[in-house]
Amino acid sequence: MNQKVYIAGMGIISAIGNNIQECLAALEHEDAGIDNITYLKTIHANEIPVAEVKLNNEELAQRAGWSSKISRTALLSIIAAKEALTDAAIENIGELKTGFLSANTVGGIDKSENFYHSYFKEGRIGDLHDIVNHECGAITELVADKLNIHSFVTTISTACSSSANSIMLAVRLIKAGMLDVAVAGGVDALVKFTLNGFNTLLILDNQYCKPFDENRNGLNLGEGAAYIVLVSERVASALKKELYGELKGYANANDAYHQTASSPDGKGSYLAMQGALDIAYLKPEDIAYINLHGTGTFNNDLAEGTAIEKLFHPHYPKMSSTKSFTGHTLGASGGVEAVFSTLSVKHDLIFPNLRLQTPMKEFPFTVERKFIKGQYISNVLSNSFGFGGNCTSLIFSKV
Amino acid sequence: MKIYIRSASCISPQQTFQGQLFVNDPEKYTANLLKVIEPDYKKIFDAKLLRRMSRIVRVGLAVATNCLKEAGKENIDAIITGTAYGCMEDSETFLKKIIEQDEQMLSPTSFIQSTHNTVGAQIALFLKCHNYNNTFVHRGFSFEHALIDAMLLLKEKRAENVLAGSADEMTDFTFSVLKRFGLYKQSAVSNLGLYHSDTKGSICGEGAAFFLLSGEFADDAYAQIDAVQTLYKYASSPEIKKWIEQFFTLHEITTNDIDLIITGKNGDTRHDHLFADIQNDIFKDNRVINYKHLCGEYPTSSSFALWLASNIIRWNKLPKCFADVEINKKDFRKVLIYNNYQGKHHTLVLLSSPSK
Repeated sequence: MNQKVYIAGMGIISAIGNNIQECLAALEHEDAGIDNITYLKTIHANEIPVAEVKLNNEELAQRAGWSSKISRTALLSIIAAKEALTDAAIENIGELKTGFLSANTVGGIDKSENFYHSYFKEGRIGDLHDIVNHECGAITELVADKLNIHSFVTTISTACSSSANSIMLAVRLIKAGMLDVAVAGGVDALVKFTLNGFNTLLILDNQYCKPFDENRNGLNLGEGAAYIVLVSERVASALKKELYGELKGYANANDAYHQTASSPDGKGSYLAMQGALDIAYLKPEDIAYINLHGTGTFNNDLAEGTAIEKLFHPHYPKMSSTKSFTGHTLGASGGVEAVFSTLSVKHDLIFPNLRLQTPMKEFPFTVERKFIKGQYISNVLSNSFGFGGNCTSLIFSKV
Repeated sequence: MKIYIRSASCISPQQTFQGQLFVNDPEKYTANLLKVIEPDYKKIFDAKLLRRMSRIVRVGLAVATNCLKEAGKENIDAIITGTAYGCMEDSETFLKKIIEQDEQMLSPTSFIQSTHNTVGAQIALFLKCHNYNNTFVHRGFSFEHALIDAMLLLKEKRAENVLAGSADEMTDFTFSVLKRFGLYKQSAVSNLGLYHSDTKGSICGEGAAFFLLSGEFADDAYAQIDAVQTLYKYASSPEIKKWIEQFFTLHEITTNDIDLIITGKNGDTRHDHLFADIQNDIFKDNRVINYKHLCGEYPTSSSFALWLASNIIRWNKLPKCFADVEINKKDFRKVLIYNNYQGKHHTLVLLSSPSK
C-alpha cells in the first residue's frame, strides 16, 4: 500500500472556461465567471449573481455528442471526464482495471424540477423521462456507460467535500491494487433546488463574493465538473506523456459541530489538513500554496482561517480561494480545485483571490491578490469542507 | 487480514431492532409498500432532540447507536453510510415547496435535512466523532461500497473500529412514481407470498442497518466478512455464473463449503429467472433462502441481508419463518449473499463464523 499515485490527465468545465486551457487563461487574466443568472430559469435571475457554465443545454449536448434532454449534470460531467481521459492518453486502458469515481449533490434534479412542476403545479402526471435520472448515482452511471468504464463505478455525496472524497477514495483503491486507473472528481449543475436552499440559509452574497475579506458577505453559487485521471506507478511508467503531479496526501475528518455551520475553531478543517500532511509525510512549512475552501461566508472563512493559523503559524504558505472565479460549485468544487491545484504544482502558478479589499482582521496572514508565475511550488494543499461537518484535504506534489 | 462484525443493528419492516424476527412469526403486509417498524425512541433519545429529527435521521441514528451499544464501543474511527435515495422526504418537501410557492417564502429546514450525507453527519454529531465520515449514493451498490471503504480503512490500519451501514426511506409520492416505472407490482400481494405472484415488479421496502466492523477478533463477534464483490452490468445468467465461479476461485472455496446462500430474489418475473438459473445450477446442492419478502425491495436492501446473515451465523440458526428449510445438515458457518438490483447491480458478500 506504499506505492505512489500520479495524476496523468485532467478535464474541467466551469464558469471560467469549457476546458483546461480556457480555465487556465481566465485564471491568469483574472477573469471571473460570475454574472447575472442567464441559463437557469428562476425568479431570482436579477437578484443573485452566480457562476454558470456559459453554454445552454443544447450547446453542451453538442459538445458532449449527446441528447440535450439529458440532465445538465450529466452533460457537464461527460464533457470534463472525456477531456480528462483523452488528456491522460492511456493506450491500453481496455486491459486495465479502470474506475469512475464521481460525486454530486443534485443528481438529475434539474429535470425532476420539470416533473414536479408538471405534477404539482399543472395537475398532470409528469413525464417519467424527467425523473428517471433523479438519483445522484444515475448521473454517474450515464457517464460511466458513455466512457465505457465498468470495473468500479461509484458516487459519493458529502455535500461540498464530495469530489475531494471521490479523489481520496480513488487514490486509496489504486494504492490497495484494486484499481490501476481512476477517473475521479465530481459535478454539480446549478439548479433551483440548491439556489433556493442556499438562499433560505441567507448565505448568498447579492454582490460578487469576497472570500477572506473582512467585509465578505456570503458565497456565489457556481456549477461545473472536473476530473483528474489517477494512475498507479506501473501505469505511470508506461505513459509516453509527462505526469502532472503526485497525489501525496489526503484526509477526511468531521467537524461534528453543526449540520450546516463550521465550528469556531475549525476543528474538522484542522484535522483534515493535519491528516493530509501526516499521510504525505510533510510538515506545514513544506506547503507552498493552499487552495482554500474559501466560500466567502462569514462562518467558513473564519473557521478555515482559524484552523490554518493554528496549523501553519508562523510559516504561512501563499493562499487563495479560486471560488472568487468559479463560484462555489458544491459537489464539483473538490474536483475543480484539484485541477487548479494540479496546474499550480505542475506549472508553478499561484492564483489570485479576486476582489480582496480588506484582509480579515482576525489573522496575521492575507490571501494572494495577484497571479504569480515562476515561484517554485513543491506541494499544494486543497481544502474542501461541507455541510454535515464533512472536511477533506488533499495534497498535490511535484513529481 | 480478517474483518469482524462485532455487532449489527437493523430497523426494517420486520421486528429486527430487538431481534424478535428470529423467534416470532414475520410481519405480514398486504400493501406493496413496506415501511419500517420504528422502536420506542423515548428510551433512546431526549424528547427535544427527537422532535428535531426527520424520520430517516431518527431511524439511522437509532440503529447506529444501538449497534455501538451492542458492541460496547463508545469511540469509533469512521462512519460510512450508503444511501441510494438520501433524505427523500425532505428533498421532496423542499422541491415541492419551490414549485408550489414559486420559489418564495421558503423555510430552510427541509433543505438543511435534505443533503445526502445528513444521516452520517448526524451520527457524527451525536457521537461527537471527528473521524473519517463518508457517504456513498450509488444506487444498488451504495451499501456494498460503504463496506468496501470500511474494509479498506481497516486494512490500511487507518482505523480499528468502523461503523458502516445504510439507510434508505420511501415516501408515498416516490413510491407512486416508481410504480409507474414498473418497479413494483400493480396489484397488491402479500409479502409472504411474494415469490408465487408470477407478475412483473416487486414490493417496495425501506430500512436501515449498521455494523461495527473491526480488525480485532473477539469471542462475541457475530461473523467475519471474507469478501465483498460487485459487478456492474446487465448480465445474463451464464455471465453471472462465470462471475460467481471466478469469485470462488479467487477466494479458494467451492459451493460445498457454503452452508447457506441468501439471494435477493424479489418476485419480479423479469429478474427472478436469473436467480432461478443460478440456484438450479451452481447452487443446486445448497440450502438457499430469500429475504426480500421480509424487507421489500430497495437499493440498499442487501444491508438487511447482511444483518440476517450475521445473526444466522451468530445464533447458528435460521429465523422462525424459514422453518421449512432443511436444517439437519450442518452448522451455519459460511454464508454467501448474492443480490442484484434491477438486474444491473450484482453483489456478493461472503461471511464466515469468526475465527482468529
